[in-house]
Amino acid sequence: MAVKSRIVKGFISLPYNWSMGPTTTRFYEEFKNKRIMGTRCEKCNRVLIPARSFCSGCFVETTNWVQVSDEGTIRTWVLINFSYEGQPMAPPYITGIIDLDGADVGLPHFVGGVELDDLETVAKKVRIGGRVKAVWKENREGHILDIDYFKPIN
Amino acid sequence: MAQAVAIVGTGQTECGRRTDVSYPELVYEAVSRAFDDAGLVPDDIEAVVAGSMPPAMEGVNNPHLYWADAMGAGGKPLIRTATCGSTGISLAHTGFYHVASGMFDLVLVVGAEKMYEGDPQGTMATVADPFFQRPFLAGAPGIFSLQSNEWAHRYGIEEKRVRMAAAQLSVRNHDDALLNPYAHIRIKITVDDVLNSRIIAYPVRLLDVCPASDGACAVIMASERMAKKLGRPTAWIKGVGYCGEQAFFSEGDKVVWQSAINAAKSAYSQAGITNPRKDLDLAEVYNPFTFQEMLFYECFGFCDFGHGCDLVEQGVVMRGGDLPCDPSGGTLCTNPIGATGLQRVSEVVLHVTEKAGDRQIPGAKTGLAHAMGGLDQFNGIMIISSVL
Ligand SMILES: [Zn+2]
Repeated sequence: MAVKSRIVKGFISLPYNWSMGPTTTRFYEEFKNKRIMGTRCEKCNRVLIPARSFCSGCFVETTNWVQVSDEGTIRTWVLINFSYEGQPMAPPYITGIIDLDGADVGLPHFVGGVELDDLETVAKKVRIGGRVKAVWKENREGHILDIDYFKPIN
Repeated sequence: MAQAVAIVGTGQTECGRRTDVSYPELVYEAVSRAFDDAGLVPDDIEAVVAGSMPPAMEGVNNPHLYWADAMGAGGKPLIRTATCGSTGISLAHTGFYHVASGMFDLVLVVGAEKMYEGDPQGTMATVADPFFQRPFLAGAPGIFSLQSNEWAHRYGIEEKRVRMAAAQLSVRNHDDALLNPYAHIRIKITVDDVLNSRIIAYPVRLLDVCPASDGACAVIMASERMAKKLGRPTAWIKGVGYCGEQAFFSEGDKVVWQSAINAAKSAYSQAGITNPRKDLDLAEVYNPFTFQEMLFYECFGFCDFGHGCDLVEQGVVMRGGDLPCDPSGGTLCTNPIGATGLQRVSEVVLHVTEKAGDRQIPGAKTGLAHAMGGLDQFNGIMIISSVL
């Protein structure tokens, strides 16, 4: 006799306590004052953001803190129009890589302030190379989402 | 000096929504077929290599323990290799290292995934670190679309042109999948169907994106001595290349993509390939997204940078073309991720041993198998040939 396989529903939800380490902790403390901080590597001279305790390329400690701008250019972007578990907001929305002035590493974040009424025409409204500025939340708690999104300027 | 390594057997399952079997039963199906193909039994195997996506995919942490019996792994060394999308090619490389080292004469390599049992995009979103990148790197479609947009912009490829080339690739993959009995998505589609399908992650549309699949794949590797003793149809691993990048997605250049370029370069140099367009008879390029496949052509030296679309427009990468790519229907039509890279390897093996059935590229002697993984962080390549 052919037996149809039975499907059993399950769920795993596990709590975690993630240590940020002192460098990331300070990086987000500075967010409360609307400051984006990086660390400069003495060896390759790159300004790494978010601030790191060691260089990803040179494998040396980076302790020289520098402030970078909260304005920059869009390196690339994508319109997200699908759903998944744990998603930060309801689609559609735009994320991008922002090259902040003064930083040598891009920052992934949301690009907002763009009308999303017609998805087919969105490419005419967001532009690679376009200038953007951080829109900070009123209440900042030291989190990547203290920046609401990056807004196209001029 | 590494010893020569042969592939003497492959086994693939039918892919799709495989609720008819449990996870180990799915693995058993692929492994049994590999043993049948090689004319071997589990007792012949000396070591086992297995892998899959991050275990949150199926909700069984360290699934290779759960699969052990399905691989006949009792009483043998068993090692897990997992690098996200590139898991399958990493598995193949790990198996290669086992045999090339001279430690083992026969090694079983297994990759599997049951993506319908969990939340694939939710799982992949948790691959990103929890402090910085996680909210923004929206699973695979998000990452690959960021890359595709940057690529098209870098070379000033008109939106209309790149979308058309992507659509032609989608049609090619879907046509070829109809010839592959193991493929998941088996539908006849047109260029207009692709162009008019729903935007998933601009510029990527529904028919530019791979499915989530259940499926498994197994490969048996042998030393030269053992392969000659077995005296069966044999494919030879001529070169392997693998390269990783920094952890932060936005740190490196994803257009002139060093990990892909370096992986190809080292595999080519080992295999003595100087002109991939001429020296390769086929390539199984990991193509979960149509747009990204064209970027790989450039990184693998199939054409100059910025000219990926040309190869589609000129038919070079189509069945019957100069360098047919993904004659299996590719990852675009079948993607049980932990098995996918190993399927690329298996498919090339089938072609060079003239066992590819309806999808056979006539006279194929040498092929390239590839997979990409991490958060756009890893690329791996294997060159496989009919001659030692
Ligand atoms: Zn450095």
